[in-house]
Amino acid sequence: MKDLVLSWLDERYKLSSFLEWARHKTVPVHRWTIFYYTGGVCLFLFLVQIATGILLLMYYRVGAESSYESVRFITSQVEFGWLMRSVHSWAANLLIFFVLAHMFSIFVMRSYRSPRELSWVTGCFLLGLMMAFGFSGYLLPWNELAYFATKVGTDIVGQLPVAGGWLLKLVRGGEEVTGATLSRFFGLHVAILPAAATCLIGVHLLFVQVQGMSHGEDAKAHMPFFPNFVLRDLALWLVALNVICVLAVFFPWELGLKADALKSAPAGIKPEWYFLSQYQLLKVMPARILLVPGELWGIFLFGAAGGAVLLLPFWDSLIRARGKERWLDVLGWGALAATAALTVWGHLS
Amino acid sequence: MITRRKFLNAMLGVGTAGWLGSVVYPVLRYLLPPETTEAEPDTLSLGPAEQFPRGAGKIFKFGKRPVLLIRTKDGAFHALAATCTHLDCLVQYRDDMDAVWCACHGGKYDLAGRNIAGPPPKPLAQFAVKVVDGNLVLGGALT
Repeated sequence: MKDLVLSWLDERYKLSSFLEWARHKTVPVHRWTIFYYTGGVCLFLFLVQIATGILLLMYYRVGAESSYESVRFITSQVEFGWLMRSVHSWAANLLIFFVLAHMFSIFVMRSYRSPRELSWVTGCFLLGLMMAFGFSGYLLPWNELAYFATKVGTDIVGQLPVAGGWLLKLVRGGEEVTGATLSRFFGLHVAILPAAATCLIGVHLLFVQVQGMSHGEDAKAHMPFFPNFVLRDLALWLVALNVICVLAVFFPWELGLKADALKSAPAGIKPEWYFLSQYQLLKVMPARILLVPGELWGIFLFGAAGGAVLLLPFWDSLIRARGKERWLDVLGWGALAATAALTVWGHLS
Repeated sequence: MITRRKFLNAMLGVGTAGWLGSVVYPVLRYLLPPETTEAEPDTLSLGPAEQFPRGAGKIFKFGKRPVLLIRTKDGAFHALAATCTHLDCLVQYRDDMDAVWCACHGGKYDLAGRNIAGPPPKPLAQFAVKVVDGNLVLGGALT
């Protein structure tokens, strides 16, 4: 029966050619091979987000009068609702962590170099999308922390010269963070970002497939992609799922207090860990530097750093041409150390 | 000399740009929320002054703007815009500091609204506040 179904499908969709391709695809084996798995973990965590996000949508009701109440209903009344929400929150944080780890491993291996420049660029855009997912999803429970995080985050957009005011209104759906902002963020979080991320992940994987994995030419050994690499990947996905479940059970995500537009920001308010370095930088910036407000310098610094990371494959060749390969390591590890130090400082202060 | 092909290509380009504009413009206009022309109030009555505790602050909505009303320990009233001039958080009165403080990035203002520490680049606007027949009345912005 199985053979009959397979041959029926093969006749129509040429399955055998796909299996033939999978049989011949190999993965280079060398001392950095373990880094190849970070990409797979990112994909898995994204799938977890899609699945738990769809489940949360069954009960979530967007609106200033219903968002907080519906999330409270999910976590306190719906069976395993607390688990779904906690898995969604933990997987979101781990996803950002693994995207960063994946990118840094690519940097260490110099895998972004020609001909893989666009794989790096699409990866950077994916990081941006994941952070946008985090930022937009953070507001959806409509709690105190989310409200002020959104006020600050969107105000940063409003500080931009020329189009700032216009962009602020566009993002907030008005002058202030209100139910209109919540509706916009909801649409962004459940429709626009998933569609954009799915397309971009498809393009990113297509590039990897067309060009093959990096360092294939230097590796002395190769392992078959199917089943060897795929099974290892799946085993790691299982480990990741277990880790998320343990975190969700022992450290469930708190809901906090409902957002109140007439309440001061509470003491100790801080953003998620992946925005802590930017937060700390904005905090220590002087009020004005050369007559320009400190936050504008901060925004300029974030933009410049983001641009430098995005265009790394293109300016990297200039450094290589001068034989200053070590500068790259100093820059990369220095940037990582500075970001980590600002993050820890932001957490402790 | 413009060939027929070049002319048609140019026309096609202009037509495509026009078509794109006619699609993008309404979408952008749609995304921008309509302006609400709500009249700003001149005053806001906040109830009996004596009921307001000393050494505390509370935020009220004055038209579209949140205003922080402060009553110091010696009984004096101050009213300041409650929105931090740094990045839009809502500030609070700290009795222990005898100052207005923003929890988001640690900005500090004195009771006249002047930015005295941290990242805020500008002072908070001051509002008129007076006691009329025992009732607190908030007036328009002074600064």
